[in-house]
Amino acid sequence: MLIELKGVEKIYKVGEVEVPALQGIDLKIEANEYLAIMGPSGSGKSTLMNILGCLDTPTKGSYIFAGQEVANLTDDDLAQIRNRRIGFVFQTFNLLPRATALHNVELPLVYSGAPALERQKKAAQALESVGLGDRLNHRPNELSGGQRQRVALARALVNKPSIILADEPTGNLDSKTGTEIMEIFRRLHQEGNTIVLVTHEEYIAQCSQRKLRLLDGRVQDDTSLEGKG
Amino acid sequence: MNWRELWEGIRMATGSLRMHKVRALLTILGVIIGVMTVVTIISLIQGLNRAVSQQVAGLGANIFYLQKYPWFGGREWFEYRNRKNLTIEDAQAIARLCPSVKRVASVMGSGKVIKYKDRSTERVGIRATTPSYQEVRNTTVERGRFFTQTELNHRRPVCIIGQTIVKGLFKDEDPLGSHIRIGGRKFLVIGIQEKKGSMFGDDMDAVAIIPITTFRKLFGTHRSITILVEVKPALFEHAKDEVTSLMRRRRHIPPDKANDFAINTQDTIMNVYKNLTRILFLVMIGVSSISLLVGGIGIMNIMLVSVTERTREIGIRKAIGAERKDILLQFLIEALILSGIGGIIGLGLGGGIGKLISTMTPLKAAIPLWSIFLALGFSTLVGLIFGIWPAAKAAKLNPITALRYQ
Repeated sequence: MLIELKGVEKIYKVGEVEVPALQGIDLKIEANEYLAIMGPSGSGKSTLMNILGCLDTPTKGSYIFAGQEVANLTDDDLAQIRNRRIGFVFQTFNLLPRATALHNVELPLVYSGAPALERQKKAAQALESVGLGDRLNHRPNELSGGQRQRVALARALVNKPSIILADEPTGNLDSKTGTEIMEIFRRLHQEGNTIVLVTHEEYIAQCSQRKLRLLDGRVQDDTSLEGKG
Repeated sequence: MNWRELWEGIRMATGSLRMHKVRALLTILGVIIGVMTVVTIISLIQGLNRAVSQQVAGLGANIFYLQKYPWFGGREWFEYRNRKNLTIEDAQAIARLCPSVKRVASVMGSGKVIKYKDRSTERVGIRATTPSYQEVRNTTVERGRFFTQTELNHRRPVCIIGQTIVKGLFKDEDPLGSHIRIGGRKFLVIGIQEKKGSMFGDDMDAVAIIPITTFRKLFGTHRSITILVEVKPALFEHAKDEVTSLMRRRRHIPPDKANDFAINTQDTIMNVYKNLTRILFLVMIGVSSISLLVGGIGIMNIMLVSVTERTREIGIRKAIGAERKDILLQFLIEALILSGIGGIIGLGLGGGIGKLISTMTPLKAAIPLWSIFLALGFSTLVGLIFGIWPAAKAAKLNPITALRYQ
């Protein structure tokens, strides 16, 4: 079991008012699953994503990531988990604008303390694997949206994470480029990666093995799709 | 932490500074001015030190001056005035009885006008002394000779004159063998003193040296003499002690009373000078710490701006695994680079000003190595102190909020 959530609740305090974002989520994710989290805005999918990604901790309940209770970890422990075990892909790419593609991809390796040569080699390999072997020294503003998202993917992959978390990865892309990105996700899944993606588009969710529907911070529906994976 | 993270920090910091060159420059202006002030003033003081020590060295390292008045005595002058005069007999006793003393020379003097034919000088220093003065004060006669012990014993009216007197009174004539009038009395010129230059702005060549006995005969005995005591090598303190106890005995000072004479040395002057430069140093520290403070606040301000501008970047870095210390380090390095560059520029400007002063004035301003470290150390410290808060603020940012920041 890679991930196990039991009764996870997340309550945000806005002034005096408590806003429940998640109200008791139970969820298990196995290694090499391909899961799509769906739901209308406000359903709590981003909050769930943040908790899964160790960017945030639950207010209540237990989150066990690779056998570790996340609630017991310090900020820096969480940073290390994010660094070594989780790869993020965001809707808005979130690349460092002034850094080259290569340097952007190198960054997780910087924080895991890899030596420079190894870093460059791994980063270049990761960029090649997403088809950007000829764009190593381009900056994000010299790349198209699809290329930027592929740089982000390479960055997510470079530390060989246990899980890739993608938040609306195609949300800022046209459908053709989106399809290309989804193709990479499919391939990554086939290569044995665990993927969780948040989306509100049905056709994107169709690419996954399992669909999790959220509504008002609760799991409404959890279906495995036949014939996938 | 490792070198890679450090390097990454430096890389990011320089990148971000390159983006905002003008802003960075304006930010570090305070640091530049602060460091520049420090370096300039240190180099000035250094030049002054050199000049003063050179001049003071002219007094002689192995010599002390036994006198009625202390140099820079000031306030108690009235009390000093009632002291017993020092006499030639005192000098002779010191030479005879103090084993650590190599030689003594008695000197008394006053200002007198010197005349030759129809020409005359201003009042110049008449130095009445003994033949040992030559060795004690390292005075060489360029032409002619110094007066002898016999001439001293017989109170002969002979003199050795300095270059300024030669120039002032004798045009093309040879002064040797001429008779000049010192204070109205006739003297035979037997020697010309080698050029001495000036000390503390005093022309050391506007002098006439005559036998002390002659001076007493012609101009009176009722004044105290200065006894120049030359000490045997490395026995300075010994000699001072010996002379002090001898003089106390000779002047019958009871044990519970203070000395009623003064032993003046090079150090006496150096101490006064050091007090002066200490004040200068304090002023400098005041001025430069204010500008460093202003500079530091500037850096803090710009670092806060930088943190805000790069909130999203901080979020990204945290999301992909940067720990607090990584972010802290990155922004701290940026602040340190800012202030360090300020320090270097200030150092350069201060050094340039020092150089300019040395070429344009006789003051040989110099930048000692330690002042370079001081300047860079101070500016780095400013960066550290004023950079830590913005950096800590950045490090504490919540990754989710930071990522959402537009």
